Amino acid sequence: MALEDICNFKDKPTHKTFPFYASEDTSVSVFTEAFNFKWRGEMTSKKASDVPLEFHVPSLFKRPSSRASHSVSVRRPFPLSHGTTTLGFIFQGGVIAAADTRASAGGLVACPAVHKITPIHSHLVVTSSGSGADCMLWERILTREIRLYQLRHKRRLSISGTAKLLSLMLHPFKGTDVCVALTLCGWDKLIYVCSDGARLQGDIFSVGSGSPYAYGVLDRSLSWSLNKEEAILLAREAVFRATHRDAYSGNNVDLFHVTAEGWRQRQREDLKEEYYRDMEKRGKKMDLTGLFS
Amino acid sequence: LGLKMLSAQNFGESGKMKEYHYAGPTEHRFSPYAFNGGTVLAVAGEDFAIVASDTRLSEGYSIHSRDSPKCYKLTDTTVLGCSGFHGDCLTLTKIIDARLKMYKHSNNKTMTSGAIAAMLSTILYSRRFFPYYVYNIIGGLDEQGKGAVYSFDPVGSYQRDTYKAGGSASAMLQPLLDNQIGFKNMEGVEHVPLTKDKAVQLVKDVFVSAAERDVYTGDALRICIVTKEGIEEQNIPLRKD
Repeated sequence: MALEDICNFKDKPTHKTFPFYASEDTSVSVFTEAFNFKWRGEMTSKKASDVPLEFHVPSLFKRPSSRASHSVSVRRPFPLSHGTTTLGFIFQGGVIAAADTRASAGGLVACPAVHKITPIHSHLVVTSSGSGADCMLWERILTREIRLYQLRHKRRLSISGTAKLLSLMLHPFKGTDVCVALTLCGWDKLIYVCSDGARLQGDIFSVGSGSPYAYGVLDRSLSWSLNKEEAILLAREAVFRATHRDAYSGNNVDLFHVTAEGWRQRQREDLKEEYYRDMEKRGKKMDLTGLFS
Repeated sequence: LGLKMLSAQNFGESGKMKEYHYAGPTEHRFSPYAFNGGTVLAVAGEDFAIVASDTRLSEGYSIHSRDSPKCYKLTDTTVLGCSGFHGDCLTLTKIIDARLKMYKHSNNKTMTSGAIAAMLSTILYSRRFFPYYVYNIIGGLDEQGKGAVYSFDPVGSYQRDTYKAGGSASAMLQPLLDNQIGFKNMEGVEHVPLTKDKAVQLVKDVFVSAAERDVYTGDALRICIVTKEGIEEQNIPLRKD
């Protein structure tokens, strides 16, 4: 992908691509190809807001105002993966990012061991929530764009710049059912970007269906002067409580700590053990099936 | 293919009949999707990978074919299993074959399993707003010769697993695999590494169970065993009712 752009390989695909404009006719054959194989070079330079991925839009419904964002969508017969608890906060020792690892599709746990926190480069980590496929692909697109920026300009794009770039790239898809809510965790700031167009900097963010429970735990004990162990324990506790109460969060907890030296990942931990330890601490006797007297 | 009498509206999303009572005027819309059933499964071992699928192709109450396997050989070290809507499975495999050939001609080497998985993810996501209704699982050997399984959702989210079931009976098979291969939800068991013969036997047993309880799974089982010697295929009969 990146090599093709540097060599200016571009092709006009045979079908209309997304995003497109109201004046164009959207009738295309359902069987046209959607791959990006590119031929002769073009002299157009790529704008920062160009989405480097082409989408095939169905033309089943002819509407007079054919703006892409107005319900040109096919009813899907399957659910997509959603539901999560992710959080990030900043303290004197850097930034902590934590997330659960469950991906649910409707009522089924599609995958119990997903990576919701992905490093973009040595000093930036992004936590994702919303639709699994959207987050995965948009993180890949963001990583690619950041790397290209670094190669072209010989310096790394700042975290604020990264957030702005991501927000601009997501803007054409506002109003469609792309659902992406990323928290960019740099070593000194946290920025929340979502596909609705929000871009917010803050000290503490929690995103997802389990976020109210996580906020409750964090708001109680978070302070700037925590040391590293306390901060890690707090993040772990917040995710654990959220997974306990939220049906769509669960399984394990991933934890990243980002400092001026870079990010470090803590080993993934199964919360089942944590649950039993917690029950014991409260003095409840349990047998292995989980009933307590 | 226009509106059929037994249209998607009567069947709901996954082929189950809705109740017969008057619920107001129904609007029949052309649905571009159909559900053709079928289950796929993949298991990765130390130096082998197994991709298995049943061979029944159904639609509503009818069986179109008893011999339509859902495993597609992509390269000498990679097999793709896809189930869901058969039309999209066929088109998707044609597109993947074309992309594999293009890669081979441009780069003078065969695509590795990991590369195929990443490519499939972008192919699926390019249809984010009109998805391929296909549940894909790739099984093969990675560059080090170890078994690899990559499982996908219909819009391209994927990751590498040790085992995965997809398709109509996936919700029934996945817990069984979690227990037998992942040793989950059991206390005090020894974690024995999975041998090829035990894995094949497990896959056969698991599909026999699926055929008992899922109406869209049955007829026959096609197993593709990928090792460094090549791809071996086995056919085992299943319940035909």
